[in-house]
Amino acid sequence: MSDNKVKVTIDGITVEVENGTTILNAARQIGGDIVPPAMCYYSKLKGSGGKCRTCIVKVSKGSEKDPRPMPKLVASCRTTVMDGMEVQNITSPEVLEARAGVVEILLINHPLDCPVCDQAGECDLQDLGYEHGLQKTRYEFERRTFERIDIGDKIQLHMNRCILCYRCVYTADQLTDGRVHGVLNRGDHSEISTYIEQAIDNDFSGNVIDVCPVGALTDRTFRFKNRVWFTKPVDAHRDCPTCSGKVTLWYKGPDVLRVTARKDQFGEVEEFICNTCRFETKNTSDWTIIEPTKISDTSVIAANHYETLRPLPVIKTNEQLREANKKELEKTIKY
Amino acid sequence: MLKVEEHSPVTFSADLISRFDEIVSRYPQGKQKSALLPVLHLVQAEYGWLSTQAMDKVAEYLFIQPIEVYEVASFYTMYFLKPQGKFMLEVCRTGPCCLVGAEKILNHLENKLGVKEGEVTPDGLFSFRGVECLAACGYGPVLQIGPEYTFYENLTTESVDQLIEDLKNKS
Amino acid sequence: MSRKLLLEHINVPGIAGLDVYRQKGGYRAVEKALKTLTPDEVVEEVKKSGLRGRGGAGFPTGMKWSFLAKPEGVARYLVCNADESEPGTFKDRYLMTHIPHALIEGMIVSSYALGANASYIYVRGEMMPQIRILERAIAEAKAAGFLGNNILGTGYNLELYVQPGGGAYICGEETALLESLEGKRGNPRIKPPFPAIAGLYGCPTVVNNVESIAATVPIINDGGEEYAKIGIGRSTGTKLISASGNLVRPGVYEIELGLPVEEFIYSDEYCGGIANGKRLKATVAGGSSVPILPANLSLKLANGEPRLMSYESLAEGGFATGTMLGSGGFIAFDEDQCIVRNTWNFSRFYHHESCGQCSPCREGTGWLEKVLHRLEYGHGKMSDIDLLVDVAKKIEGNTICPLGDAAAWPVGSAIRHFRDEFEWHVKEPVKSQSVNYGLADYAKPIEKVAEVKTGE
Repeated sequence: MSDNKVKVTIDGITVEVENGTTILNAARQIGGDIVPPAMCYYSKLKGSGGKCRTCIVKVSKGSEKDPRPMPKLVASCRTTVMDGMEVQNITSPEVLEARAGVVEILLINHPLDCPVCDQAGECDLQDLGYEHGLQKTRYEFERRTFERIDIGDKIQLHMNRCILCYRCVYTADQLTDGRVHGVLNRGDHSEISTYIEQAIDNDFSGNVIDVCPVGALTDRTFRFKNRVWFTKPVDAHRDCPTCSGKVTLWYKGPDVLRVTARKDQFGEVEEFICNTCRFETKNTSDWTIIEPTKISDTSVIAANHYETLRPLPVIKTNEQLREANKKELEKTIKY
Repeated sequence: MLKVEEHSPVTFSADLISRFDEIVSRYPQGKQKSALLPVLHLVQAEYGWLSTQAMDKVAEYLFIQPIEVYEVASFYTMYFLKPQGKFMLEVCRTGPCCLVGAEKILNHLENKLGVKEGEVTPDGLFSFRGVECLAACGYGPVLQIGPEYTFYENLTTESVDQLIEDLKNKS
Repeated sequence: MSRKLLLEHINVPGIAGLDVYRQKGGYRAVEKALKTLTPDEVVEEVKKSGLRGRGGAGFPTGMKWSFLAKPEGVARYLVCNADESEPGTFKDRYLMTHIPHALIEGMIVSSYALGANASYIYVRGEMMPQIRILERAIAEAKAAGFLGNNILGTGYNLELYVQPGGGAYICGEETALLESLEGKRGNPRIKPPFPAIAGLYGCPTVVNNVESIAATVPIINDGGEEYAKIGIGRSTGTKLISASGNLVRPGVYEIELGLPVEEFIYSDEYCGGIANGKRLKATVAGGSSVPILPANLSLKLANGEPRLMSYESLAEGGFATGTMLGSGGFIAFDEDQCIVRNTWNFSRFYHHESCGQCSPCREGTGWLEKVLHRLEYGHGKMSDIDLLVDVAKKIEGNTICPLGDAAAWPVGSAIRHFRDEFEWHVKEPVKSQSVNYGLADYAKPIEKVAEVKTGE
């Protein structure tokens, strides 16, 4: 074993990782069900994580040198692995119970307005609630409400749905010059705001939509246009002077309804994109189509995604894409 | 979301600026943001509350973004983001003071002043509110009045009446 | 009379000024430390003294100091935590008001030990009068050559500044305090790194409570070993206790650790008993966050032996029958106090003071408050009681900083010891609005309690 590598065992699976890796990222290297959920951590945003507490795990052995267990559950996104560390995630009933508690608590003030929320179908909180939530809430008080705010003409803030993950704040801080939005007030009155209804006027501001784990920040140009599971994502790119131009186009029939950054298997964007690509470039002719976006078969978006009977016009006309589509379809049929 | 209450321009006096400068000198080079809390106290003492204009000026002075000032001003309870009465009577409402009658004092103030918590009396003189523990539990009930944060201890309804009279006469 | 180390001269007229303070032996510790001891020797004395952090956590101060990283060419900071906000605690206010030079002297000695050349005293913003007192004291000390460049000709330089807070209990948490000192919202940092490695401005930093810093003065004057002789066991030295609630003489008292709780409440040297001839119902021994105990368990351990004012004795029995010394905020409840109402009041406090950064505390504290409010005002259900216990459990241990625990413990302990009273509020929704539950069995001799406990 080289000097800068350490061994960590998560739910019985051992992996060798770079020194300084967090438990969460070690788990992501293993992949599968043992990866803790993360609502606030975002690997591309410095300083993120530690807040939502959904990724908590049990460290049953601290390290080879000091095998004592850690006294409390720890946030896996902010705890670095030590050589010989043993971690329990889904194999610990204590962790699952605590996580269910966090999910319940995250939901007490969250409006259950999924039927009218544009994020539904690609919402991390919806997935978590489905997996860990109780059938019925024990919270019998009025939920906290805020006014909806339009942050410029492209982004809408639905503060009621916000879980205060701070991702958008880090995004604004780290991607744009002169942050204009942040967190106001304190405790459960905290809110994301620009103080005065100021447009986030910056080439990269639209990325706050992609990093939002819930439907608090949504794309006004897509608002109520369609449910995400009726749209079909296709990866595309263009030569953009501002960003990489690598995007996902969300089609309904021949129309591009929405443009987002491409996301990896953990729901994080691969590369941040500019507002021109996101909001202003919605014609197929603006883009070079690459392939149908790979969607996890557990996602509702996967439903009928690769159907061959009525493929998207952009796919129908392109031999290479038709082939890719067929391959993906065969894969999904196997399940 | 916080609303903007006023649009009158704010200019800090030379005296105020020199006091800001002294505060900034307490921190290492480049760490002038540390002066934010003390500077906001000075601004509030001057104007009675923190308007957006005043906060923007503070941001400009400290070379930080306005949102950084709003974030801080709205986090801490001592900063007023809307105008208050000339005398803001802040009564401790936490456990130990309640054991010795703080709730009675708060009710008394509401009746006496004829306004609810956070409102201003028509003459613009008084506001009151319950605040959390002021770390004077052994002398409860207590209240404080900014910007000097003068303390009044072992309150009774009579001593509160007297205090209000004195403040009226003073103004 | 027990020994006084911090408040020995508190009643001397003019002790708040430098001259009188010096006449009474003040600044001897600065002379001794700077002229005859190396910084490491000062740390060693503090280690020997067994001094434990007086802000609430009780972590050994000398050990905390020895963790401080000392990379070459990087500034180190000492920050004094004077953000006294834990309900029931007002000792630091007292010390800073009446004998500010005790803190200034301690700051000089401690800064020297840690190698800090700029130190900050972070005082809660509401204590503007104390800030003015400290600033005056600093100016006096500087004029007398105890601060500034080349102090007492030793070559040691130190500047001392007072920083006001803005009104936030959470800034008593050391990393939230550092954030606040950097001009930010008081959101506690996620640890590691600890302040000893990366604190103020990313530099190695020690944060100590006012009383801990002031205690270094007698430790240096008399030696750590002498200090360790005072007190009991690992609870060495004296402690300032803030006494409030329904007592004949509430106030700040310096006690030798190990004083029986009963003596502290009833003796004329201290609180003089319960006010208005009433009987004691309950105590919160160490500030609002520590578990509340009924009268019987306040005065005696579960085995019937007297409970003492020390870190160990107050914690004896764990959370089942014990509590914590915490910050020494001692609150006494007489027989007419309603535990449900007080628990609601405390939970309102924690709800109000939650910074909102992490979800269990942000959402959970509000939930606790709302359920307790409903119970207190006669709209509660029997199932609410277990719901409270469960929600408190979901917060406890799952948050970034200890505020989550601080919010959960008072609720859990109140239900553990006063469940009857909570149930009575549900069973008697009307009556409970006009009459109090009263003393019930909460002061019955301890043997009875032990029996009931084993019978469960």
